[in-house]
Amino acid sequence: MRIDAKGMHYRQLNKIIRDAVASGEKEFELDDIGGQRYIGGGLNENVKITVNGTPGNDLGAFMNGPRVIVNANAQDGIANTMNSGEIIIHGSVGDIIGYGMRGGKLYIKGDAGYRVGIHMKEYKKQVPVIIAGGTAGDFFGEYMAGGIMVLLGMNGKSPIVGDYVGTGMHGGVIYIRGEVDPYHLGKEVSCLEANEEDMKLIGSYLKEYCEHFGFDLNEVMSKSFIKLLPLSHRPYGNLYVY
Amino acid sequence: MKCDNLMNPEKINPSRRVHQRIPSGCAISGMMSEEGRCIDGRAVIKSIACMHNRSNGLGGGFAAYGIYPQRKDQYAFHMMYDNAEAKETTEEFFKDAFNVDKDEPILTHRDNGVSNPPILWRYFLEVPENKLDLISERDYVMKTVMSVNSDIEGAYVASSGKNMGAFKGVGYPEDIGRFYRLEDYSAYIWTAHGRFPTNTPGWWGGAHPFTLLDWSVVHNGEISSYGINKRYLEMFGYRLELRTDTEVIAYLFDLLVRRHKLPIEKAAMALTSPFWKDIDRMEHEQKKIATAMRQVYGSTLLNGPFSIILGHSNGMIGLNDRIKLRPMTAARKDDMLYMASEESAIRAIAPDLDEIWSPRAGTAVIGRLSEAE
Repeated sequence: MRIDAKGMHYRQLNKIIRDAVASGEKEFELDDIGGQRYIGGGLNENVKITVNGTPGNDLGAFMNGPRVIVNANAQDGIANTMNSGEIIIHGSVGDIIGYGMRGGKLYIKGDAGYRVGIHMKEYKKQVPVIIAGGTAGDFFGEYMAGGIMVLLGMNGKSPIVGDYVGTGMHGGVIYIRGEVDPYHLGKEVSCLEANEEDMKLIGSYLKEYCEHFGFDLNEVMSKSFIKLLPLSHRPYGNLYVY
Repeated sequence: MKCDNLMNPEKINPSRRVHQRIPSGCAISGMMSEEGRCIDGRAVIKSIACMHNRSNGLGGGFAAYGIYPQRKDQYAFHMMYDNAEAKETTEEFFKDAFNVDKDEPILTHRDNGVSNPPILWRYFLEVPENKLDLISERDYVMKTVMSVNSDIEGAYVASSGKNMGAFKGVGYPEDIGRFYRLEDYSAYIWTAHGRFPTNTPGWWGGAHPFTLLDWSVVHNGEISSYGINKRYLEMFGYRLELRTDTEVIAYLFDLLVRRHKLPIEKAAMALTSPFWKDIDRMEHEQKKIATAMRQVYGSTLLNGPFSIILGHSNGMIGLNDRIKLRPMTAARKDDMLYMASEESAIRAIAPDLDEIWSPRAGTAVIGRLSEAE
């Protein structure tokens, strides 16, 4: 189903999509998107949605199954509390992406903004994954409780990541390709070198990631990765305990 | 959603009109031709309308620079009056304080959802020589603005700069823009605001932009340091009467740049100074400057979440709080500089851009008029 979304309000657009999904439609191509919010939000079916233009905030919020492909930059709040599915962004993204994300994959070709993966979580097989190809802003993995985040810094910009990386982190794992000045790390993380097992873990995701964006997997793997783990699973256990 | 328009903040009862959760934050958008090319107001309306859902109909407004080229040496006062009596009192005051070269109603469209506006009147003013024995012209104008806002009941100055003006009110920004017939004005800088009032009432005088002389500010967020900033400004003769935190930002730029003669970059640094932990790591000279700035201008530091766009005669400045708690995107295309809360609001009017980026927290994006150099 192809929809010309020029000037369309997000409520109307998302209603058309929901109704079509309910009557069995499997594939959507949305043209002339300009800031419409919540695209793919709350959908439970394994449909495919291609977005042409800049989607609005909370793309794929509470999404549970679909694959969303964005052929542009995207804004804030992508994959907010997403449960499963896949979001592929052929550009850069804004702030607080993957907020409370609890499953599925979010692949970004370019840069990411502030507070990526804030309070991301996991439960048994539900392990959310975020990979960004460029750089990220401050508070990467803030209060992260689970899941896997990978930052590649492929565009050569420096620093790869902003300040306060993993502040309040108490679960999950962050991999960053290249070096990070310890000054930028939050107090709640320990910095290790990624070992063979780690590379095996992220290897399959990176292979998939490279296929989406036409990156060379060998080049991605040519540099060593650091691994950030939380020092404690209850970093604030004694806060406000007097 | 249809809202009552209210001039009097005392009458506000927000609980009455909020029936459901409204997914809003404020919206800001700004555009500038660094070559001073003037364009009409339709583009900025289109940009801010793209972010309709960030505001809730309780405030919208615009600032425009370059709109009165025929009278560019006179102070253009845009006034809002609750009633004819306030207008009369203010006009008596103006007659005494200025040479009033011209006054006229600000033309509006009255058929597009904006209801119950105040009396909107425009004055082109000159300062008589004999008023300037002991005070500079702009200090004199600043004082008269403070006097009108504080002392004349029901009269509010919407803007008071040269060759610029603010157009604001209660309503969605795109409705306010059409209400003020912005298609009839041509400007080299346009800024716009869609409001979602949080801590302060939604009333005509409290809509953004907030202005003083040629400064104008549109703001998304809140200034938690308002009390400290207000007390500091009061020591320099500013009176904060508009019940909205954003007012301090316009006055701080007036104080730091116009009166203390700081370069724009340093004024921005005073408002969003680097953290001490980062100052500790700076090179000697930079460290000395940053330390001195924090010591001297501790009371101008803005705390809390914000993204702002500041306009003035020679440029436009975008600034975020120090930990980026509000969104901001900037872009360039040829001589145009754009800033907005969302990328889509820029793409709505400029689909093909030379460059687009998210400014880092506490780092000013500065647009400059080339002829002003």
